Order: sequence, then C-alpha cells, then structure tokens
Amino acid sequence: MAHLRPSLVLIAAFTLLTGLVYPLAITAFGQLALPVQANGSLVMKGGVPVGSRLVGQAFAAPGYFHPRPSATSAADPADPSKTIEAPYNAANSSGSNLGPTATALSEAMAARAAALGSGPHPADLVTASASGLDPHLSPAGALAQVSRVAAARGLPEEALRALVAAHVEGREAGLLGEARVNVLALNLALDALRR
Amino acid sequence: MYDDLIQAALYGALLVAIAVPLGVYIAAVFTGRVTFLAPVERLLLSAAGAGQDQRWGTYAASLLAFNAGGLALLFGILAFQHRLPLNPMGFDGLSWHLALNTAISFVTNTNWQSYGGETTMSHFSQMAGLTTQNFLSAASGMAVAAAVARGFAARQARTIGNFWADLTRGTLYILLPGAIAIALVLVALGVPQTLQGAVTASTVEGAQQTISLGPVASQVAIKQLGTNGGGFFNVNSAHPLENPNAISNFIQMLAILAIPAGFVLAYGRMVGDRRQGRALFAAMAILLVSAFAATYAAERAGNPLAAAFADPAAGNMEGKEVRFGIVGSVLWAVTTTAASNGSVNAMHDSLTPLGGLMAMLNIQLGEIVYGGVGVGLTGMLLFVIFTVFLAGLMVGRTPEYLGKKIEAKEIKLAALTLLVMPVGILAFAAIAIATGNAQASVQDAGPHGLSELVYAYTSATGNNGSAFAGFSANTPFHNVMLGLAMLLGRFGYILPILAIAGSLAAKTPASATAGTFPTHGPVFVVLLLATILIVGALTFLPVLALGPIAEHVSMIAGQRF
Repeated sequence: MAHLRPSLVLIAAFTLLTGLVYPLAITAFGQLALPVQANGSLVMKGGVPVGSRLVGQAFAAPGYFHPRPSATSAADPADPSKTIEAPYNAANSSGSNLGPTATALSEAMAARAAALGSGPHPADLVTASASGLDPHLSPAGALAQVSRVAAARGLPEEALRALVAAHVEGREAGLLGEARVNVLALNLALDALRR
Repeated sequence: MYDDLIQAALYGALLVAIAVPLGVYIAAVFTGRVTFLAPVERLLLSAAGAGQDQRWGTYAASLLAFNAGGLALLFGILAFQHRLPLNPMGFDGLSWHLALNTAISFVTNTNWQSYGGETTMSHFSQMAGLTTQNFLSAASGMAVAAAVARGFAARQARTIGNFWADLTRGTLYILLPGAIAIALVLVALGVPQTLQGAVTASTVEGAQQTISLGPVASQVAIKQLGTNGGGFFNVNSAHPLENPNAISNFIQMLAILAIPAGFVLAYGRMVGDRRQGRALFAAMAILLVSAFAATYAAERAGNPLAAAFADPAAGNMEGKEVRFGIVGSVLWAVTTTAASNGSVNAMHDSLTPLGGLMAMLNIQLGEIVYGGVGVGLTGMLLFVIFTVFLAGLMVGRTPEYLGKKIEAKEIKLAALTLLVMPVGILAFAAIAIATGNAQASVQDAGPHGLSELVYAYTSATGNNGSAFAGFSANTPFHNVMLGLAMLLGRFGYILPILAIAGSLAAKTPASATAGTFPTHGPVFVVLLLATILIVGALTFLPVLALGPIAEHVSMIAGQRF
C-alpha cells in the first residue's frame, strides 16, 4: 500500500504533463507558427483542398501520370463487414503485407506488368508501397509513362520529359534518401501546361 | 551502392557523435547532478511521498505498482473512449481484449498494434492514453538501468536508488526536452499536429479523398525517443504524414538508438570505469553493422520471383517507399529491431526471407544491440554475467565482474531470464498452432505463414512491436496470448536483473589482481559476442530453419505458395 500514493500521484501528474500539456503545446506551436505543415500540407485549388503535397492520390486516366500500386482498402458499402480495394484511401493506410513467395504477390505484379507492356519495368510501378499512400515515383517510373501521357494529351514527348525532369527532387542535402518525383505536383503542372 | 553505404556510414558516425555527450548527460541525470527543473521535481516527489532510497525488492514493487496503475488507466481510456472528449471521428470504445492487449502493449514499451491507429483511436486515446505511456514505459526502463548500474557499482549497500525519483528525473530531464525538440522539427518537416480528425480533398480526377490527421508529431517524437514504436497511423512511420522525407527518416532513426546507445556509455561512467561502457558499446556496434550488412545484401538482391516484372536493379521494393529506398528502409528495419522500438518505415512482412530473418533474429537475441531504452543495456548485462561465468569455468576461478564475485545466486537468476524468450516465442506459438488459432490468422501459405506467426510472438515477447502485419492478431486468443507474452518479456527480465543488482550492491568489490579476467578488452568483446550467438541464436535456429530459411531456399528454387 506504500506504493499506492506515489503511483496515483505520479500517474495523474504525468498524464497531465506528457499526455495533455505536451501534445497541446506542440499543437499550439504548430497551428500558430507552421499552420500549413501542422494541418497536413494541403494543396489548395480555388479555396478547396485538392489533396496533400505529402499524400499520394489515385490517378487512373491515361492523360495523367499514375502513382504506385496501392494496397489500401475500405469497408464495402454493400456489406460493412467486408472490405473492398480502395487505392490511396488516406483514412486507412496499409501495405500488401504479402511475402516474397506468395502466389498472390506474383499474380498482382504480373497483372500490373502486363498492363504496362513487356517488362521488366521500373520496380516502383509494379510493387505496392508500404503505406499505400506513397506520393512519389522514381524518375524512371515517371519517365516510363511519358509516351502514354503524351499520346493521350496530344503533347510532344520531349515537353513531358522536360516536365518530369523539372520535377525530379534529388536526395536531401544531396545525400539522404532517393531521387523522386511527386506525382500530384507533376500532374498539377501537367494540367497547367495544357492551358 | 556507394551512395547507400555513405548514408549508412553517416548514420553510424552521427549516432556515436550523439551518444557520447548524451552518455555524459544521462549519467549526470541519474546521479542527481542535473537540477534545472529541481522545483518541479521536488514538487512532484513530495506530493507523491516518494520517500528514501529503496532496496531492490521495494524498488521493483514500486515499478510494478506504477505500471499496474498505468495499465488500468490506459485500459479504461481505451475501452471508454467513446465517452471521452477529443473524438472527432466518433470512434467506438475498444473491445475488452483489444483494450487489454493495447494497454499491456504500451505499458511494457512494446507498442504492438493490434489496431489501425487512424481507424480506431480517438485523439484523447492517442494523447492522454498512448503518448503518456510512451513516456512512462520508457522512463520505467531507464529507471531500471540506472538502478542496475548503481547496484553493480555500490559497495556494501542495501539500496539501489528510489524508483519514483529515477522515473521523474528520466521523464523531466531526458524524455520531455528531447521529445519537444524532435516534435517541433517534425512539424516543420510536415508531420501534422492538429486536433481535427480528417480533411476531405476533391482530387484532381474529381474523387473524394479523406485524409486522416491528428496530433501526430507529438506522438511520433516520443515513440522514437522512448523506443516505443507505436505509431499514430496503421502503417506507422511508412505513412508520409508520420515520416515525410529522408531527413525526418534520418532524425527518427537517430532518435531510436540515441538514448540506448548513450545509456551504455552512461553505464561506464556510473560504475566508475568508462572502459566497461565502451566495451559493451563496441560489441553492440559489431552486431549492428553485421545485421545491417546481411539485411542490406538481401534486400538489394531482391526477389528473384519478381525479376520478370520489376527491374531487379531496384532491389525488393514491395512494401517500401520511394523516398526512403532500399538503404533507408534497411537501416530502419535493423535499428528498430535491434532496439525494442518496433516502429516501421517498410512492411516487414514483405521483406526478403533473409531480411525478415535478420529482423526476427535481432529481437530473439534479446534486443541487446543498444536495445530498448534502459532495458537493452540490462539485457546485455545478463549476457555479460554469462560470459564471465563461462570464462570462469574455463580457467577454474570464481567469476568476477567489476571486482564482485558472481556466485550461484546471480547465475541462477540470470539463467532464469534465458527461459523468457523460448517460452514466449516457441511455447506460445506452439500453443497457437495446436489450438488452430495460428492457422486462422496467418495470411500467407507455406513457410512464410510460419514466419508470420513466429514474428508475432517474437515481437511481443521481445517487447518490440513491429509485425509481419499480414498476421491477423486482433482476435481474443492472440490479443490475450500476445499480452501475456509482452508481460513475460518485460517483467521476466526486469525482476531478475533488479534482484541481481540488489545482490551485487551488498558485495564488497575486490581489487583487480593478475588473475582477474578483464571485462573491457577485445578478448572479452569476442567472448561476449560468442556467448550471445551461441545462447541466443542456437535456441531459435530450428524455427528459423522451418520459416525464413526454408522460404529462402524455396524462393531460389522458384517455388511459390
């Protein structure tokens, strides 16, 4: 029983300090000093969010660059106890979690590869990302789509290759991470190009 | 490849650069020489009635009482979150078994997630419930390590410190300042920090995309610094809003190992012989580099079954993010399993068989490669005790460590801890198979299915928290069994090591003689590594052969399941 009072006092005090004061203070700082980042780095278009700069979104039309395959799902509207495929569902992040020897993995990759033509293809175009919300493609993954997008839009491939090149972000500080292309930014630039 | 190795080398160099000064600071905190928040500290401790220095049994009882209280509060918050504030998405209370599993998970510093964060947890649960225990379970681990260091160093002492004081100091002086600094940087890098639940965007193609938001940065900062690992979102630090770029990735990886690595050096200072800390640091570094090399080679080589579809030069990109690439994902997978962190930035279930094996083995060895905050060091000290015991047997002398005789009592207590991992992993997994509960939860067929099961019980017993997430763990059976495994893995180590510390505290150190086996040189480091690999690895070789090794051989042979 000698341990009861210190347990109760310190659990209460630290719940207040680390569970409420600390996160709320960071929230206040974020909302006041860095409101764009603190609220999800939203990209606005005509006053409404068109997405987040950091979160991938689905593109299916041939005239857009397509993001990586996504394994996210959503509840089936017809039967909420079941799930249906819902790529880039940013309210339910998920990878495929398929192991390397799973038949389902090879089948999924084969189907994606077949849709792209004869392979092998840039790996990011046929593999599901960890989050299902990967906002990026490798530069190769974007360049591989140039001819399809160019044909759909009636634009010269050269112009699109230049657009992709302009959107390649290098390694952070030239050192960390990988070179990549933000798909949402690229597609927004693509739409701007047409006008 | 050279670009990759430069990133890894930079990580190692920065980790050492952080660990050295942090070690000085941690030692100062736990010897009462850091006082800039002394009024707050005094207020808390006097309100609590913290009392005097404690014998090991009292110290352990305080820890158990505090953790039990924390568990009860967290269970209540989770089960009744629908009646509590800050629930913008209107989530229901958790089922009893999920609330129990999650409460045990966060109190034991495991942070296994049987739930998906953004689809289950209210903001109040994330903040007052989970974030609080992220701090307190880490502070509990640091308190244990500090008490053990004191006990090992003491001379004819009855006490090993005061749990309430250690807990308070670790939280106020180490975790809170560190978490605040990291959280602010993460917000600047794009990690959200808001009380709104989600925002709906109208996408370029005209669809609706609901993007979950919340107080993310404050949770991510402490989940890394405290080697907790429980993320705000389902996919943890693979989520672009938890980990938006390679810089946030690097900062989080450094945060995972900073305190564990610093504590090893602090230990050397606290026992009055810095060489002791450096020897352990070196042994851990060798294991870390080895694990990185093996995992990197496997992931870089990729999946031959995918070679017809995906450019093999890119490596195994299934379940990985473009912005981190192979090296950023591998470095993370190694650090998170070497420490008892368990956060992920790539899906471990989709690692190559040998990459997955290394992640599993890191945990099975006891997460002693810097390890969890506090408890990684104490786990390593148990191996030190075995090593001096084996060395003593070889030369026919009573084993000594830090001048103190290691006798039957200490060896028996240490031997007890050797049973923890085999029972929690092998016995519990066997029960799951025998009752049919394993078969009902695995996603993949073939040897990978066994790996999914074994990884779950390895992660729980090792208090890691990462997962082969295809495994459906949110069932009454697995929630309860994994909960038991987490308790066994946490307190099955903490209680014996505190008892050993209490026993050693009472002894008188003898001065070193020509016959003393030094525990700070390269010979000792080699012996220590051999002991770890023999004891740890041999226990699990059979099950690893049936799971990841069989899968690797199948993969090379072109076999799918």
